[in-house]
Amino acid sequence: MVKEALFGKTLSELQELVVELGFPKFTAKQIADWLYKKEVSSIEEMTNLSKKAREILAEKYVFGLVNSTKVQESVDGTKKYLFPTGNGKFIETAMIPDKDRKTVCVSSQVGCKMGCLFCMTGKQGFQGQLTAGEIVNQIRNIPEWEEVSNIVYMGMGEPFDNLDEVLKSTEIMTADWGFAMSPRRITVSSIGIVPGLVRFLNESEAHLAISMHTPFHEERQKLMPVEIAYPLDDVLEEIRNWDFGRQRRVSFEYIVFHGLNDTPAHVKEMARLLDGIKCRINLIRFHPIPDTPLKGTDEATLEQFKAGLEAKGITTTIRASRGQDIYAACGLLSTKALVKE
Amino acid sequence: MPKTKAQSPKEVQLYEETILQNEEISPGVFLLSYKRADDFIPGQVVRIAVDRLQPPRIYSICSGNHEKEIRVLFNIKEDGYLTPKLATRIPGDKLLVSKPYGGFLGTPKPAWWIATGTGIAPFYSMFQSGQFENKKLIHGARHLNQFYFENELDWAMGRNYVRCCSQEQSCDVFPGRVTDYLNSVDDLPKDQLYYLCGKALMVVEVRDLLISRSIPYENILAEIYF
Repeated sequence: MVKEALFGKTLSELQELVVELGFPKFTAKQIADWLYKKEVSSIEEMTNLSKKAREILAEKYVFGLVNSTKVQESVDGTKKYLFPTGNGKFIETAMIPDKDRKTVCVSSQVGCKMGCLFCMTGKQGFQGQLTAGEIVNQIRNIPEWEEVSNIVYMGMGEPFDNLDEVLKSTEIMTADWGFAMSPRRITVSSIGIVPGLVRFLNESEAHLAISMHTPFHEERQKLMPVEIAYPLDDVLEEIRNWDFGRQRRVSFEYIVFHGLNDTPAHVKEMARLLDGIKCRINLIRFHPIPDTPLKGTDEATLEQFKAGLEAKGITTTIRASRGQDIYAACGLLSTKALVKE
Repeated sequence: MPKTKAQSPKEVQLYEETILQNEEISPGVFLLSYKRADDFIPGQVVRIAVDRLQPPRIYSICSGNHEKEIRVLFNIKEDGYLTPKLATRIPGDKLLVSKPYGGFLGTPKPAWWIATGTGIAPFYSMFQSGQFENKKLIHGARHLNQFYFENELDWAMGRNYVRCCSQEQSCDVFPGRVTDYLNSVDDLPKDQLYYLCGKALMVVEVRDLLISRSIPYENILAEIYF
């Protein structure tokens, strides 16, 4: 019998579990402490549980941390970790150091169903969903874990296509019984699956990032098949009607392609579409992938594009490319070579 | 705390409809119909649910736009919420459906329609709506009994209807996957449109293949089953 992992369970799930096992209810909080607040990795080390309780727990469960099987380090200090998953597949996680910050870019699925033209992960298709434990493990089980300052769901997969587990994972990260991180240090990035977006806005306080990449419907359809089912207009209508308050942030990700989406017409249309939305744009350099017809824009055009958006009153940043030499940069994560039929 | 809205602007409106038919046309694959209440453009989709406990799922319409009913094609996903329930519904049972919407639309221009499995649905809708002039339909499946509607398509489209079967062989059926077939074609027209519909991996593999054969990516429109 395959034993279930404790790591990744929420407090309410642990409460149900301890009741089933006949333990006192407060044991759930004790287990949560061991899972999320202490540096242990086995049930045997949960020493404030009785020996008998630990034995009963170990009959059905394992602690559930999974070690990475490979790590690569970029010349810029970015690291890429390879983790095995429960379904016999693999995922990648990037850790990006920057001055006093250490940002972890986590995966939410093995592969991706979304098929964006510019993304390496999409080329491997979809191999499975990650559990909340497998998502949180990517943070808790890297050597830099205690120094992690920010978490971005921008690795492999579409978070809103695995929203139950993603929301559980953010609960574990932000709850007092969990990592107790501020939700303002977490950004979940999506291509804009509208039902998932609505639920995420309602049930989470983390920042939202939306992959825009072009403001034009016809053009976006060719880059991102999701545009056919959930057009950007619908996504923006949701966001426009949402009160983000003063702390929560929405940003739009925009990979800048040479001659495709880097024109003044795009600036003008973005300004029109984003009118009334307090947001910022993150411009991203395109990191070429094999067999792509797309090219990244040049630095001068990128700066001009940024200036054009800022002239329209839109806060705009250019994201630094990190980890490109180890294929850890935006859009490059892939475990296709490890996919077995 | 996050502000909670009673209903978001684009939150899907679902209407109750009565199932007219629900037929298993191939093992695990069903063709379900209900009365058409709205006009639609072939290639569009509807959202379907059996209750309000779970969000609806999106299905391509699989019927012509002159017909009195809307049909959808679905296969049972054993670990899914909706399709095992949907498969047990019988005529007279209620269903929750959205109005048709979506942008995977046919044009009168010459085009290749490329599908695997139940991805045939939007193309069959276009076909039933009389939009198959100048079209070539490539349908891939693992087994010979998965070429839904093959008799009608074969009769009407003739050589422009190509079945590709990866696990079984038969005369008039190309042995192999859709990508094998496309690789066997010497001259893929570069000025035509290519519509792809199916699972993510098929779509990205076919799209990469077409791009590698100098088809402009602007000519490729894909609908992925999320």
